[in-house]
Formats: sequence, structure tokens, C-alpha cells
Amino acid sequence: MLSQDLKTYLVVAALLLIIGVYGVVQRRSFIGMLISAELILAGAGLNFMAFNRFIAPEPAVGQVFTLIIMGIAATETAIGVSFILAVYRQFKTIDPIQLNELQESSLCGIPEVDDGPVVPSGGKPGDQDI
Amino acid sequence: MSWADIFLEAVFYIFVLLTVFGGLLAVRTQILMYTVLGAAVAFLGVAGLFMFLGSLFLSMMQILIYLGAICIVLVFGIMVGYTPRQVAEQGIRGQNLLLAVPACIASIVLLRSAVGRTIWPPVPTAERDFSLDAVGVHLLEKYGLAFELISVLLLIAIIGAIIVVTVKEDPR
Repeated sequence: MLSQDLKTYLVVAALLLIIGVYGVVQRRSFIGMLISAELILAGAGLNFMAFNRFIAPEPAVGQVFTLIIMGIAATETAIGVSFILAVYRQFKTIDPIQLNELQESSLCGIPEVDDGPVVPSGGKPGDQDI
Repeated sequence: MSWADIFLEAVFYIFVLLTVFGGLLAVRTQILMYTVLGAAVAFLGVAGLFMFLGSLFLSMMQILIYLGAICIVLVFGIMVGYTPRQVAEQGIRGQNLLLAVPACIASIVLLRSAVGRTIWPPVPTAERDFSLDAVGVHLLEKYGLAFELISVLLLIAIIGAIIVVTVKEDPR
């Protein structure tokens, strides 16, 4: 029975990993890459659970690790979507092609080179990087 | 092999197919809403596999966290910048195929060799506790530090996300 074999689960988890790697490399939109990374994390969680079920001497450990992976995945999504919101507020689009065009036509607010040294009016230099 | 076993096996195959085809849909479709849909289907399949691995709790948590939280947040992120049926990545599709396919092949070869060469130790026959009680005890005793760290990480992520989206717009 395949459902009671460790290798079945390993193959499914490996497929998830490979699909995720393909997506991360090939996708060029923020959301697409984020979703592919989530797929990779889901594959990692499945692997932990499979080893937990079949060869771990202490079977609750894998469940704990999978729970932690889920927490990290949720964190990553929250941060990624907040970045998307920030990019949208700045450029009014999150389409990568339009962002690229904006960058090429230097409309995206990046100053030209010969503006002289940029000194912020208040605070120490480097404060605006935060 | 009774009918119940055959039925369970069939359900298992359905979950495996959901996982793989959901993942493929997530990375191959051009409409971003379908991408999230494919990811949701894949996560549902993984939740079913967790059930087969003996942890109903993890299965429910998978549905709650991945389907209930992450997919909703991703849909929200899409709706900010795209119309629902808009085709993303038009014109740059296939540009990275030359990179993506070798990366996949390399992953397959590496994983295949690793899985093929490993001799898995036999399953311990002692009584093993899969129950939710054991998970709770582990989470609060032996892995208490990891539990605290993940809590702090989530808190920092929430605060960071709020700061990033509420920062004042650049007047340039």
C-alpha cells in the first residue's frame, strides 16, 4: 500500500519542492514568487511529518517542527504582502513590467546622479534608510 | 484487502493528485487569481496527506493557517494591484525558462540520488504517542524556546508589516 510507505511521501514532498523552485526562478511577479516559496515550505512540512510518522523515535517532534514551519510561512506572507502594499502606494502599480518601465524612464523617483550629496534636513545621515 | 482499505487508498491518491496538480497550476497559470487557487488546492492536498500521516490536528492547522490565513492574505495582495482576471507577466513569460528547467533537473537528480542511496532504519516497534497531548507537552517543555521564538518572530513581523504599510508617502 502506497499510503503506508515513506518513499511516497518523500516523492510528493520532492515534487512540491521542485515545483516551488521552478516557480521561484521562473515567476517574475511578487505574488507568484511568494506563492512558490509557500509551496516549498509546504513540501518541507510534509517531509517532516513523513519522517515523524515512519522513522522518528519520538513522533510528536515532527508535528512541533511542522507547526513552527507554518508559523514562519505565515510570517513570510505577512511581510511579503506588506511590501507589495508599500510598492503599490509608492508607484500605484505592482505589475513588474510597468515597474520596469517606470524605472527605465526614471519616473520612479530615483534621483539623477549629479544632484550633489544628499543631506537630509533633519537627523543624521542614514536616518532615511530606515 | 477490504473495500475500506481500497477506498482509503483511492482517497490517498486523490490527495496526492490534488497536491501535485495544484502546485503545477500555481506555477503555470498566468492569471494570478488562479495561482492562489492552485496553491490553495495544493495546501488542501497536503492537509489530507497529514491526515494519512496520523495527525488530524496538523491537518486542521494546515487548513486553518494556509487556506484560511495565507491564501486570503495573498488574494488581498493581488486585489490591491491587479484586476481579478488580469494576465500578469505578459511579455516576460518564458524568459527564465532556461534557468528554471536546469534548476528543476538539478533538484530532481540531487533528491533522487539522496533518496536512492539512503537506507532507512526500520520502524521502531515500541509504543509511540502521536496524540495531541504529546505535542502540547513537547511544545511547552522541550521545545519551549522555539515556541517563544516563533511567537516573537510573529509579533515582530506584525509590527514590521504595520510600519511598512503606514510609513508616510515620499513627497517626491
